[in-house]
Amino acid sequence: MTRPYRQRVLALTPCHHLESRWAALDIHEQHRCVRGPETGMAMVRGRMGGTGNAFNFGEITMTRASVALDDGTLGHGWVRGRDRRHAELIALVDACAQQAGLVRRIDDELIAPLQDALTTREAQASRTAAATRVDFFTLVRGE
Amino acid sequence: MYVAVKGGEQAIANAHRLLADRRRGERDQAELDVAQIAGQLRLSVDRVMSEASLYDPELAALALKQASGDLIEAVFLLRAYRTTLPRLAVSEPLDTGSMRIERRISATYKDIPGGQILGPTYDYTHRLLDFLQLAEGEVPTPARAEEALEACPQILDLLNDEGLIEQERDDGSEPYDITRDPPDFPVDRATRLQMLARGDEGYLLALGYSTQRGYGRNHPFAGEIRLGQVDIEIHVEEWDEVICIGEIALSECQMVNQFGGSREAAPQFTRGYGLAFGHNERKTMAMALVDRALRAEELGESVTSPAQQAEFVLAHADNVESSGFVSHLKLPHYVDFQSELELLRRLRKAHEAQRSRAGDPQQKRENVSEEAKATERASKGVHHERL
Repeated sequence: MTRPYRQRVLALTPCHHLESRWAALDIHEQHRCVRGPETGMAMVRGRMGGTGNAFNFGEITMTRASVALDDGTLGHGWVRGRDRRHAELIALVDACAQQAGLVRRIDDELIAPLQDALTTREAQASRTAAATRVDFFTLVRGE
Repeated sequence: MYVAVKGGEQAIANAHRLLADRRRGERDQAELDVAQIAGQLRLSVDRVMSEASLYDPELAALALKQASGDLIEAVFLLRAYRTTLPRLAVSEPLDTGSMRIERRISATYKDIPGGQILGPTYDYTHRLLDFLQLAEGEVPTPARAEEALEACPQILDLLNDEGLIEQERDDGSEPYDITRDPPDFPVDRATRLQMLARGDEGYLLALGYSTQRGYGRNHPFAGEIRLGQVDIEIHVEEWDEVICIGEIALSECQMVNQFGGSREAAPQFTRGYGLAFGHNERKTMAMALVDRALRAEELGESVTSPAQQAEFVLAHADNVESSGFVSHLKLPHYVDFQSELELLRRLRKAHEAQRSRAGDPQQKRENVSEEAKATERASKGVHHERL
């Protein structure tokens, strides 16, 4: 798994869920924050007509954090919103996943199940939307 | 002109305490929780985020609570908060084609890949008050189909083999940002869309409606309306990669309008575009109508109606600006008004002098003595105010 792949899974997972799954791994690497966690904004860009030129659409709150493990390994995390703990956790997981001894467990026991949970959540939302799929009949006027 | 005043601290503090009391309401009722507002008044939350131009459902819900449900006040609160935050990133342009669809309809094509998905809509409700909601009733969980949705591609791109619809292509140009530099009219379409995206829904709705009623008619069809979740991606230097930092709910409207064409280009349908944070369908439709109306000049149409006049439309669309300027009329204008009074008095004196030269002196004199009394009252007010 790549760092951006893990980052996406961790950012889309609700923080309390991530917190409990991470605790279950029982990995206790000492870390300190070297940047943030700090909250700011990202300007979101849209495209005219969905595919055309970019325009500045509006902003979202976001939080970022960078941590260093005791051996100096750096980890980074970014997340939409203002949850500083969430950003720090993502950075911590990212840093730990740079450790040869931990990466396998993190990918197999944390990222993969969280991705499965996201897939399940998406599928359920999709099936809920699918239940409202409609086929309108066009009536011929005057009959 | 407003001249600063001093004093009144105690009265103002008490007024705010009274306001807090009114906001809280009857104490035997449970206090509203911000999470309840975010969860159960989500369309208000979405509108506040959209017009504040800041996506953060929790803060928008807090703003609504603090504003006692006044949408424009809540927009103001969130917009003000926005100024306290640094900008950390600019996102990659949204890929709304990859939206995780909650609702998706087209009024132009009946059979579309992925189908017509009604989603959570007030359409087709009977607009009858549901008195059951006065009581606490159980709400059933939503129905779930066996199969997930098929892919729902953007209809206007897909169903355009004949080239009948204008295509939107990216020429890579860097968009103007009105939060960094004030708009300088005339403005390009990127700037217009940024201003419309934060524009007041009621105002844009009225302008969009005006185009339908004939003031800048361009015969629109709702080509596609979609609602759902889209990834937010930013480029990060640390990894030199594009990463996803989360998802947001978006509403999008692709309007198809009557023809444009030129000597070189054959006639084709033209387009208007609407995009908003959250579930904001009406806003996106109004935005798309106004976006199209504002393209009049570019498409060689004569500019004859209010909705086609960019400076008029855009300079009055922001409800933080407009309510600010209207509301400032409530602030003490005693000194300003005093100078107007004096000016008026001089004018009337000159008027009277003119009249008396022409004869008819009696009536005027009475008016002047009344006016002198009024002036005395007003000037006392000024002195009191300026203590």
